[in-house]
Amino acid sequence: MLLQQLVNGLMLGSTYSLIAIGYALIFGVLGLVHLAHGEVFMMGALIGLQIVLWTQAGPVAALVGALLGTAVLGILIELIAFRPIRARNGPIFAPMVSTIGVGLILQEVATKAFGGEQVGFPHRLEPVTWRIGPVTISSVQLLILGTSLVLMLALHLWVTRTRMGMAMRASAESTLTARLLGISTDRVILVTFAVASALAGAAGVLVGLSFNAISPFMGIDMGVKGLAIMLLGGLGNIYGAMVGGLLLGAIEVLSVAYLASSYRDAFVFGVMILILLFRPQGLFGVGRVDR
Amino acid sequence: MLDSYEESVLIFLGINMVLALSLYLPISAGQLSLGHGGFMAIGAYVTVICTTWLGWPLVAGLAGGGLAAALAGAVVGFPALRIKGIYLIILTMGFGEIVRIFFLNFEPTGGASGIGGIKHLTTLPLVMGVAALMLLCLMRFRGARIGRALRAVQEDEVAAEAMGVNLTRVKVAAFALGALGAGIGGGLYAHQALFIDPGQFGFFRSAEIFLIVVLGGLGTYWGPVVGAAVVTLLPELLRFVQDWRMTVFGSLLVLCAVLRPAGLLSGRRRPAV
Repeated sequence: MLLQQLVNGLMLGSTYSLIAIGYALIFGVLGLVHLAHGEVFMMGALIGLQIVLWTQAGPVAALVGALLGTAVLGILIELIAFRPIRARNGPIFAPMVSTIGVGLILQEVATKAFGGEQVGFPHRLEPVTWRIGPVTISSVQLLILGTSLVLMLALHLWVTRTRMGMAMRASAESTLTARLLGISTDRVILVTFAVASALAGAAGVLVGLSFNAISPFMGIDMGVKGLAIMLLGGLGNIYGAMVGGLLLGAIEVLSVAYLASSYRDAFVFGVMILILLFRPQGLFGVGRVDR
Repeated sequence: MLDSYEESVLIFLGINMVLALSLYLPISAGQLSLGHGGFMAIGAYVTVICTTWLGWPLVAGLAGGGLAAALAGAVVGFPALRIKGIYLIILTMGFGEIVRIFFLNFEPTGGASGIGGIKHLTTLPLVMGVAALMLLCLMRFRGARIGRALRAVQEDEVAAEAMGVNLTRVKVAAFALGALGAGIGGGLYAHQALFIDPGQFGFFRSAEIFLIVVLGGLGTYWGPVVGAAVVTLLPELLRFVQDWRMTVFGSLLVLCAVLRPAGLLSGRRRPAV
């Protein structure tokens, strides 16, 4: 029973991780919060769903399409809602206004294009389930965990092994110094947005597959939760976001199983606030925090 | 004379002014908050309990709702002392979510189905009166001890403390007073909307109030007033674009943020946030 719950928590948590990593990447480089990130996640789910409905393709095609579609969306958001404000040296809350605006646009566009109801993936993608000892696992769950792990590993390799990844880390350390060293920080930021958004888009498809409840408003809760998880792992720390997501997924599933299920989100935010108060740098953050 | 549609739009404008002016206070002390919807919810529910269940008059109900919210504000304000900036934004956001989830599961107030059949007691003069009173209070604050202390804290906390400003008292007071205003705004809202459920006070409401304040600009007390006018009236004026209302509104928000990043009425001083 406990083992099964932990497995379920891990599946849920790995999608949280993908969202939180996106926040962490953007916060790491820009020090800003992207309030339409939940809507990017929602667009990923809808793009994936449309691909499956139109081409009769499988979930892998949906994932690839969502990755590409949301990467382009992320680039557009950076160009429209962040770069012009940066150019004018706006205060930290100005991008919050512009991204709230972007979120409203995306919600309405999604409602217009795909309808406002909750929909699910077609039944032919119904999962096959296997039993391994005491644990039941479905093909969808395996796909979720597998995809999340592959994406996180790819991200890790990208960040540590490629020139672009190195440039990104340098920009996160100090944008000014990175620019002095000849790094085109604007390009780095663009790529960061594309990667962060693609991860959220993939998470959208994965969540859509597991819950079968895709709607233009599914991004709000997820966006808020992802932000909380990013904080939990340490602002701008992608590895913290990975672990934080898994941890929170497990906490959520366990609190549903053993405590009151209707309070599960309250529990999640309660944990977040406690951590914020006693370890403002996050569970895996190091160094001092400006507070 | 105003028809009932125009009157209700103006009442909602007044309510948004009350909410924005109340958030302006903590923000002007450098405490960015994305949880004002939570305080508003507490005010709305407590006011409705006082007026509908206990049969109190509206003003007494509003006082009750405001005080309950202020109490919650003081409770949140103390831990909020330790953190600021992005951290505080996310902490208050978590608080707002917890309040929403609490009411969602609290059966005595109807849980997810909310409370209906609330009497229509909010009038235009009342709402505008409350907004004007708050604006007046804020203006009086400016020259008063607390106003000067708030500005000092906003400029530089350490220096302010060295000059003898009691940081704890000022910051918790700003937060609690802000919550008081949000509670009153919530009570007014409940007696205008006539139906309240937890969904109305979620993250989006908090984001909207936050949006009004920062869109208006932090340099002057008129910022929240102008912001409230833009955020309330613009979607109404955009009714001619019908189905694409929020898209146009969202685009205008992006445009405002890009063209005037510090707010529509940005003062000379850059706000210390």
